Amino acid sequence: MTAQTPIIPQQGGSGGGGGALLAVERLSVDFTLRTHILHAVRDVSFTLHKGRTLCLVGESGSGKSVTARALMRLVEPPGQIVAGKITLDIDGRQIDVTAERDTSRQMRSIRGRRIGLIFQEPMSSLSPVHTIGSQIIEALRLHRPLTPRQARDETVRLLAQVEIPHPDKMIDRYTFEFSGGMRQRAMIAMALACNPDILIADEPTTALDVTTQAEILDLIKRLQLERGMAMLLITHDMGVVAETADDVAVMRFGRIVEAGSVDHIFYNARHPYTQRLLSSTLKLEGGAERVSGAPRVESPPAPPILSLRHLSKGFGAGGGWFSKVGSFVIKAVDDVSLDLLPGENLGIVGESGSGKTTLGRLVLRTVEPSSGNVLYRDRNGQERDVTTMSKADLRAYHQDVRLVFQDPFASLNPRMTVREIIAEPLTIAGRAPGKVLGKRVAELMEMVGLDPAAMERYPHAFSGGQRQRIGIARALALDPRVIIADEATSALDVSIRSQILDLLLELQQHLDLSFIFISHDISVVRYFCDRVAVMHRGKLVELGTAEEICATPREDYTKMLISAVPNPDPRNKRMMHRVRMPGDQN
Amino acid sequence: MSLNEVFEIEQEETAPSTSPLRGKRRPDRAAAAGPWRLIGQKLVRQKVAMAAGTIVLLLYLVAAFCEFLAPGLPETSKAQYTYAPPQPIEWFVTDANGTRFAPHVAGYAVKIDPVALRRTFVVDDTKIIPVGFFVHGERYKLWNLFPTDIHFFGPTRKTDPMYLIGADRLGRDLLSRLIYGTRVSMSIGLAGVAISLILGVTLGSLSGFYGGWVDTLVQRIIEVISAMPTIPLWLGLAAAIPVAWPPLQVYFIITVIVSLLGWTSLAREVRGRFLALRGEDFVTAARLDGSTERRVIFRHILPSLTSHILAVVTLAVPTMIVAETSLSFLGVGLKPPVVSWGVLLQDAQNIRTVATAPWLLIWPSAAVVLAVLSFNFFGDGLRDAADPYNT
Repeated sequence: MTAQTPIIPQQGGSGGGGGALLAVERLSVDFTLRTHILHAVRDVSFTLHKGRTLCLVGESGSGKSVTARALMRLVEPPGQIVAGKITLDIDGRQIDVTAERDTSRQMRSIRGRRIGLIFQEPMSSLSPVHTIGSQIIEALRLHRPLTPRQARDETVRLLAQVEIPHPDKMIDRYTFEFSGGMRQRAMIAMALACNPDILIADEPTTALDVTTQAEILDLIKRLQLERGMAMLLITHDMGVVAETADDVAVMRFGRIVEAGSVDHIFYNARHPYTQRLLSSTLKLEGGAERVSGAPRVESPPAPPILSLRHLSKGFGAGGGWFSKVGSFVIKAVDDVSLDLLPGENLGIVGESGSGKTTLGRLVLRTVEPSSGNVLYRDRNGQERDVTTMSKADLRAYHQDVRLVFQDPFASLNPRMTVREIIAEPLTIAGRAPGKVLGKRVAELMEMVGLDPAAMERYPHAFSGGQRQRIGIARALALDPRVIIADEATSALDVSIRSQILDLLLELQQHLDLSFIFISHDISVVRYFCDRVAVMHRGKLVELGTAEEICATPREDYTKMLISAVPNPDPRNKRMMHRVRMPGDQN
Repeated sequence: MSLNEVFEIEQEETAPSTSPLRGKRRPDRAAAAGPWRLIGQKLVRQKVAMAAGTIVLLLYLVAAFCEFLAPGLPETSKAQYTYAPPQPIEWFVTDANGTRFAPHVAGYAVKIDPVALRRTFVVDDTKIIPVGFFVHGERYKLWNLFPTDIHFFGPTRKTDPMYLIGADRLGRDLLSRLIYGTRVSMSIGLAGVAISLILGVTLGSLSGFYGGWVDTLVQRIIEVISAMPTIPLWLGLAAAIPVAWPPLQVYFIITVIVSLLGWTSLAREVRGRFLALRGEDFVTAARLDGSTERRVIFRHILPSLTSHILAVVTLAVPTMIVAETSLSFLGVGLKPPVVSWGVLLQDAQNIRTVATAPWLLIWPSAAVVLAVLSFNFFGDGLRDAADPYNT
């Protein structure tokens, strides 16, 4: 692979020839909206070559998915291809995709037969009312003259290829019987059913856990090499780019701002946007540089501000009339003991279903623990048990321990102005009467880097990053001591993500804050946290400093988790030699 | 190795590229717009809903100014004009002096069929009854307050007959009765919904917010009520109204009866929204901010619901109108001398009337259909616009 000379996508290249399976020339897609036309894709040109992977990378709204859909003529109204040419090479014949009608026979034979597509969300891209097998068989029989018997055998073969165990049995299972990773495998099997020349993968692993992501990327890469397909991989994650791409095109606001081989993009980025994108990714690879002068926790062994003692939570133990004694219980959190020291950033990492979010909710007692205690040392140094607090005490506790939500859209009431949202905790606590209130809100907005002039606006006028700042301002309103950030940055683009993390670190300097930072993203946790707790299936697997966990993990699970994280360095691909858990499927 | 291709490095862009379609686009206004303005903007875009909304508005204007708009009084009967057919308006008069503009209706000549001894009306072109706007007619009190005799339009001589859409069994002007009926029928819809709204929102909120046994109880009550066959129940309840009661009291009790059965769908809708909103992050955030339950309900959840509730209410009004109409039609709802669309339809109950005087059936039913459809289209539009944040 490395012996090949990189073929760089040519702008306005001569289409066809030179092994280009697909040539896109000056493609433009417009969306005609009510008040304006959005130029979602502008003058985009690239080529796809046999056996090579082009990564289209960009942040949300950069037009990468629209580009991929345009290749298959799947742009929905009000979107429209307004200019450009897409030339597809079918066994030597040149076909102009843009000249076809959306619904023509030619177009339908291209979709699925020539170009396979893998979507981001394996949950919604497979039908829940058909078996996995029947969906793949349908794709097969649409494009190839097979008898039902042959199609079935072919499907079993395909499922085996994508490493689904017992393919002859799994073929008759329904979507809901598959895990996320298995669904994505089935989706890949479907995309590959008719031996397409080109595979388009639109954020194929974004919805998956890191370990599953690593396996799926491995699988896609291997199948692509075996079959010599051209691949267009769309992603926002520079780590995934580094692990999989041959060529990279960086998109921003509908344009390709820079294109080149993966090595060039990572080591010789010339466009300032590419450089920024890389630096914000790479920044998260190391720990944050603590501003000097602020002593970190180590010096005096202060008593912990929060202590969890043997905390457990089981779900599904419903004592209904008909349930048998000792029926099925899921232990979401299983006997977790942790301490949060004052001024410390404690990270909790784990994959989906590991119980990390439930743990956060248990600390706040929005979910009642099944057993165990949460001890909180209040401002007077008195230790109090949160699990037995009265409603009034709990209210006071919630003023000291605040939550920052994951979803910056759902967590702000769309019908209240920013001023009302931030002022809400102050009004309730009666802390800032009358005129002081407005001043305090302005102060808080400035603190999180927002212009107080925008106070009377509604949340819909703000971007995701700005909304998260509003959420942080709300959390800070009551001078809290502990902030629980539940995936607070995972809904944000990478450049915004590091800004928010820096904001939190900066706030910590000024205000005496401790953080519990819950995340699935190991690089974010490494950047932000002093100590990290790794959770797996409700249990605390390992606890150590961020450096220890990331560089020298002790437990097998942690090793596997860390090694599955894509490394944003194409010269040092981590996934190639990652640690696998014996006998662990997805 | 070749170098990277870099495009457009000189001038870095900071926002997606757009071209405005209309000149006056003020993004600042959209940013500062409150939810109600957004709902308004979304509603205005729906042409059908806007047209329907206009009709609803017109109907309520008619209801408000019915005394002024009606050419006559609903009770004035003229025995010589029983079942008089509609007289079309003509705009021009042609006589010895030539053709000139003079709106008028033709008079009637009465002929008595010697065999059946039945009176038939023949339009007599020679008799011209001039009509005009703001004419002096019969005396009335606008809203029972201001005595006047000015009518929006009518025959210039107040004794002349004018039956634009025909007359009924007692020779009363159907148009005037229809216009007076609008007031009763349209307001009974609103009054009925007001009572349903209070019941529906209260019980629906309790049910959705607290869940558990409260929810179960409220839902079972709703199921029992919805399971009852409505017409017999209405009949039974309405039959219990003492005959001696004055019309106004009957009107009030009818609204109560109609709304006691009509609140269920409203309560279900409110409960569903509550259940959905209860799990939203911003409600959890409000709890963690220390809000009491009352504050969570009234400050955070209900404001998000008002536009939805408004839409459901709009959709509930027509059911009330139809309910009143059917009750009155069956003779157990409102009774003469109160005039409502249902009461008017009572006159069209037998086939003979329908055969000889079809206008008695056509016009009141058309009014009901128009009102119900307008409310439904408007309500649908409102429901689509009610959530401006889901695009």
